[in-house]
Amino acid sequence: MWAFLATEVLFFGPLFFGYVHGRAFQPEAFASASHHMHVVLGTLNTAILLTSSFTMALGLRASQTDRSPRLWLWLTVLLGLAFLGIKGYEYTSEWSEAASAAGGEARFYFLYYATTGLHAVHLAIGIAIVSWLALRARREMPIEVTGLYWHFIDIVWVFLYPMFYLLERYG
Amino acid sequence: MSYLTEGFTLRSWLTTRDHKRIAVLYMIAITAFFFVGGAAAALIRLELATPAGDLVSAETYNKLFTIHGVVMVWFFLIPSIPSVLGNFLVPIMIGARDMAFPRLNLASWYIYVLGGLFTLAALIAGGVDTGWTFYTPLSTQFAEGNVILVIVGVFIVGFSSILTGLNVIVTVHRLRAPGLTWFRLPLFIWAHYATALILLLATPVLAMTLTLVALERVFGIGIFDPALGGDPLLFQHLFWFYSHPAVYIMVLPAMGVASEIIPCFARRPVFGYRFMAYAILGIATIGFLVWGHHMFVSGQSMYAGMVFSMLSFLVAIPSAIKVFNWTATLYKGSIVFTAPMLYALGFVGLFMIGGLTGLYLASLALDVHLTDTYFVIAHFHYIMVGGSVMAYLGAIHFWWPKISGRLYPEMLARIAALTIFFGFNLTFFPQYLLGWLGMPRRYHEYPPEFQVLNLLSSAGAAVLAIGYLLPLCYLGWSIFYGKKAPPNPWGATGLEWQTASPPPQHNFEDPPRVTRAPYDYA
Ligand code: HEM
Ligand SMILES: [Cu+2]
Repeated sequence: MWAFLATEVLFFGPLFFGYVHGRAFQPEAFASASHHMHVVLGTLNTAILLTSSFTMALGLRASQTDRSPRLWLWLTVLLGLAFLGIKGYEYTSEWSEAASAAGGEARFYFLYYATTGLHAVHLAIGIAIVSWLALRARREMPIEVTGLYWHFIDIVWVFLYPMFYLLERYG
Repeated sequence: MSYLTEGFTLRSWLTTRDHKRIAVLYMIAITAFFFVGGAAAALIRLELATPAGDLVSAETYNKLFTIHGVVMVWFFLIPSIPSVLGNFLVPIMIGARDMAFPRLNLASWYIYVLGGLFTLAALIAGGVDTGWTFYTPLSTQFAEGNVILVIVGVFIVGFSSILTGLNVIVTVHRLRAPGLTWFRLPLFIWAHYATALILLLATPVLAMTLTLVALERVFGIGIFDPALGGDPLLFQHLFWFYSHPAVYIMVLPAMGVASEIIPCFARRPVFGYRFMAYAILGIATIGFLVWGHHMFVSGQSMYAGMVFSMLSFLVAIPSAIKVFNWTATLYKGSIVFTAPMLYALGFVGLFMIGGLTGLYLASLALDVHLTDTYFVIAHFHYIMVGGSVMAYLGAIHFWWPKISGRLYPEMLARIAALTIFFGFNLTFFPQYLLGWLGMPRRYHEYPPEFQVLNLLSSAGAAVLAIGYLLPLCYLGWSIFYGKKAPPNPWGATGLEWQTASPPPQHNFEDPPRVTRAPYDYA
């Protein structure tokens, strides 16, 4: 599983790299585009995702101490869905802005959509797996491995959040 | 009852989870691609036989070398040794019943085929003319043709590589036989382990980079295209961050093969086993740090160039250690020149020439003169064709009795090995000279003074083609008419020789125990 996560990190790599490059060479455009992000929603989402990691961990703990992890797993799924819902709202409300942007700003939006989009796909897969676990919660289940994956998604977001929402605004 | 007789229907093959059958599926698929890539090469050499661009148009020529590069790199060489021989041998050599994830293993074959179909579709739809390197903005703005289709093909086949890598790593970690400690592993396993690490860490970068190229091409947003505010150097950095390690994906398994064949036919334990294992890891690590040597003339900073140049010299050290140790293994050995041994020795010699000329290219000032000339072409063909393809053929011969249960005709095989060696050198040595004299790569016509050397090269290509067709014929023949092979026809050490030829479905009748170091020849 660690090997798999290593692959994932490098999969995101070029996107991060593209961002760093853009920020270095087109700082103004990146800053002004960043101002159009919904900071409040982004922050809310960060909180939601962090909480979901917490419930995921509680689920793992429950399964290790012979209690049913079901409740925690469903909560995790719910939080994941809430995240996607808010993200979806953000996407649609930013779309007109993004579509009309040009130059460096367009680049910012492009990276924003590509990176967070890829992240959202990962999250959707994560939600599917956790629901599957919750549906057939039996003992010898790969909860630990799934948990690793979930925390990985979470950590990616912890990087994305300041990158797109905060750095340009306050940096 | 061997793995070959477990079922004869097509269905039993296409749904198999036996790593040995999957290896055979891979062998068939990559052989097909080898001849697709070879056909393109034949047309290229035919065009270059005369100075005038008379056989094909410039556009067609561009498409030919693109498809040649794409097919040979991603659909033949990268999967060649790892997916065929690695798949077949890794579990057997470590005394396991199968790979760690047999279904995933089969899935990676299907993914490979799917990627291949996309690429072939692009070929049929009219080809691509970007070169295998997909440099931007050519690939995102100007190139004609089916860039997206090919990118999708390469993207997909990348996942096949990643899954194979994952499978090998977990297999080596988890499924070693009792007593088989890390430093009792055959070097073949070490090489595949390091290769798998590179597959896992480099391939996703390529996948995402190519995705960005495709998105840029579709949506016209500037990530790489300077006209849109992007940066083409960013593409080159990302591409070579994958592609230099990828050249080690292509050569490390070949080193593993040589380390099995040479001790066997010199009847001596491999010299400096631990150094060999560390050298493999060293190459894999430093290989990640030298990508900038492909960009000396791209406008990256001079200091970056100096650092990359120095690191490239550094990577030659573990490579040289390996060459010295193979040579030392031969010293005072009782050498038998069987066909696999001829291939292995050919590998060592040609790899050495390719590596040494790599140092020419890694020298900043010389590279300004040599970059984008036939010297570069000769350099990497010496390593990839002279080195890796030789080793692949050597491996196919060496383990053929194990895979097919039959012996191949030895005399014919030696003739083929020598034909290939001769044809190869005739094809590519003149290209060093051409590059040194300044003939640039990727043009379909050239000044008349280069004709003699080009003609030699084209003649060599014809010899090489015959050399490659020979094994196809006699190995095919031997499947039906060859003598039945005993379990250990070469008197080799290694767990794979302790089970029947061909092995039973789960490899061993009794799970083996390992009590000794590898290469116990004496
Ligand atoms: C001793 C280690 C090596 C060194 C120092 C080295 C050095 C170089 C340098 C400096 C270049 C760039 C030349 C230019 O574009 O001007 C180059 C190109 C290349 N090398 Fe190597 N190399 C080494 C080993 C290998 C190996 C092991 C392989 C393959 C198995 C390989 C495959 C290639 C390829 C494919 C290119 C050309 C890529 C292209 O532009 O299409 N090299 N090498
Ligand atoms: Cu390189």
